[in-house]
Amino acid sequence: MAWFKREKRPMAPSVEKPVRVPEGLWIKCPDCSEILYNKDLAANLHVCPKCAHHFRVSATDRLRSLFDGAWEEHDRELVSLDPLGFTDTKAYRDRLTTSYKATGQRDAVIVASGRLDGLDTEIAAMEYSFIGGSMGVVVGEKITRGIERAIARRCGMVIVSCSGGARMMEGTLSLMQMAKVSAGLARLDRERLPYISVLTDPTTGGVTASFAMLGDLNIAEPKALIGFAGPRVIEQTIRQKLPEGFQRSEFLLEHGMVDAIVDRRQLKAAIASALRFMLPSRAT
Amino acid sequence: MAVDTLDFEEPVAVLLKEIEALSMLPRTEQRAGEIARLQSRADEIRGELYRMLTPWQRVQVARHPNRPYMLDYVERLFTDFQELHGDRRFADDGAIVCGTAVYKGTPILAVGHQKGRDTRMKVKRNFGYARPEGYRKALRAMKLAEKFRRAIIVFVDTPAAYPGMESEERGISEAIALNLREMAVLDVPIIVVVTGEGGSGGALGIAIGDRVMMQEFTVYSVIPPEGCAAILWRDSNRKVDATDALKITAPDLLGRGVIDSIVPEPNGGAHNDYDGAARLLDVALERALREVSALSSAERLDLRYQKFRDMGRLGLDFADASPSVPRADA
Repeated sequence: MAWFKREKRPMAPSVEKPVRVPEGLWIKCPDCSEILYNKDLAANLHVCPKCAHHFRVSATDRLRSLFDGAWEEHDRELVSLDPLGFTDTKAYRDRLTTSYKATGQRDAVIVASGRLDGLDTEIAAMEYSFIGGSMGVVVGEKITRGIERAIARRCGMVIVSCSGGARMMEGTLSLMQMAKVSAGLARLDRERLPYISVLTDPTTGGVTASFAMLGDLNIAEPKALIGFAGPRVIEQTIRQKLPEGFQRSEFLLEHGMVDAIVDRRQLKAAIASALRFMLPSRAT
Repeated sequence: MAVDTLDFEEPVAVLLKEIEALSMLPRTEQRAGEIARLQSRADEIRGELYRMLTPWQRVQVARHPNRPYMLDYVERLFTDFQELHGDRRFADDGAIVCGTAVYKGTPILAVGHQKGRDTRMKVKRNFGYARPEGYRKALRAMKLAEKFRRAIIVFVDTPAAYPGMESEERGISEAIALNLREMAVLDVPIIVVVTGEGGSGGALGIAIGDRVMMQEFTVYSVIPPEGCAAILWRDSNRKVDATDALKITAPDLLGRGVIDSIVPEPNGGAHNDYDGAARLLDVALERALREVSALSSAERLDLRYQKFRDMGRLGLDFADASPSVPRADA
């Protein structure tokens, strides 16, 4: 018989809560536990005013934070036809329908033309709530069309990545989207037109190993998870825990993989000044 | 030769064991006849088995430890092979081999994954898992080929890019991404052949070309079946289901426009007959090179762009549901 009775309390699972801003008036910052008024948070571009924690934002909010005003969305109605007829524990078609109902989007990216600080710009913003922001044929097609439009309009291209990588449910065709978008970027590159890649939490897998790393400037938001292999896969390979901060923006900056880490509230200004450096100067 | 058969080749394995036992005994006319009879029966059964392989069985064949690797083909198809080591940045990656060689009288550059046959070589080759420096070495060598106007032949056979800490530290994503972009506009003919496992980004990182072919029993996938099963089924034992669902076999991918052609393999797979496999590959390579070399450089680059631009086809793989746009199939 033990002298002291140990209180049996199961360890709380340390699952990270999704940091999506929920419906409701108040929200607690997962970093500093500050209670924040939802509208204030939105007005602050979903960045915690106390500790600068960056909440994940929707593609629409992203575009709103970068464009000067209204924008023209392209290829809004492109939909996947489920090329493999894929079913795992659930049919892929049903996943598409569920995501469509939840987000109002047909797939995981919005591509739009508009003005960024007065400059004509093409922006693709990925939507994480749509099957983890994964890239299948529709994402690849819309972004490539965006790049081709940027070439035709002689303007800069911005891609804001937020994605778990290639979409398994479209198989090897998803993998090929990496090649497709990168081929588009090769043309943009040879045309000497600017491409700014913005890496947000999370940017992993085939998205990182294609367009997200190909920016003339690669800009990361603070503390974003950015990597090729998922942390769990790496831990299985090396059979040990990964160090704190591994595959975070700061780690990538230290290893020379991103040009800068920029707070979301300064992001638009940073992109604008980069575009001004890269776009041909107006003849005076 | 050691009896090295896959589980589904059990009927063949039985015969091979019988042959082995007979060959231990003193040779007589009658025994030799018996051995020949058993051998032809084994070949026949193997032929039948390989005509109806399931997708998972193809994965097993693609990963077969005796599968010929890049250097086995280099030896049989090319002369004057001179390996080029190192990325001139950090290291020499043993999992990707590059070298100049002569193919039918013309200098070419050969690039490919190499897995290693025995334990020591497997470690040296890192089991075919390339690190960033492998992709950077490949790009360096390919730029060399471009500078001196030599065609490039690529052999793809990797489980994946190496998912370790140093890969992330040294920028595996950037290394692969840059190859995708630069290979799209590299101004010399590039012929790619998948000779084993086409393992996602690790494969694609050297697999952009004017022709992409797959050997008959190889696979090319966005994720290994085990990984897909673990994520979507939450059970890596459902790998057979995942393999079926992912549609990663050569006929599947030819049908979806991902590859241009299938290179036949000898009876019972390339691992049963290296020379036969090399002869069949030779025919396909020669033809692909001839076709692609006949194009002007502008045509070739346009066609290469269009080839990858068409991955995902309107009306087949995706549709435009907006009411104002007429349907592609209407």
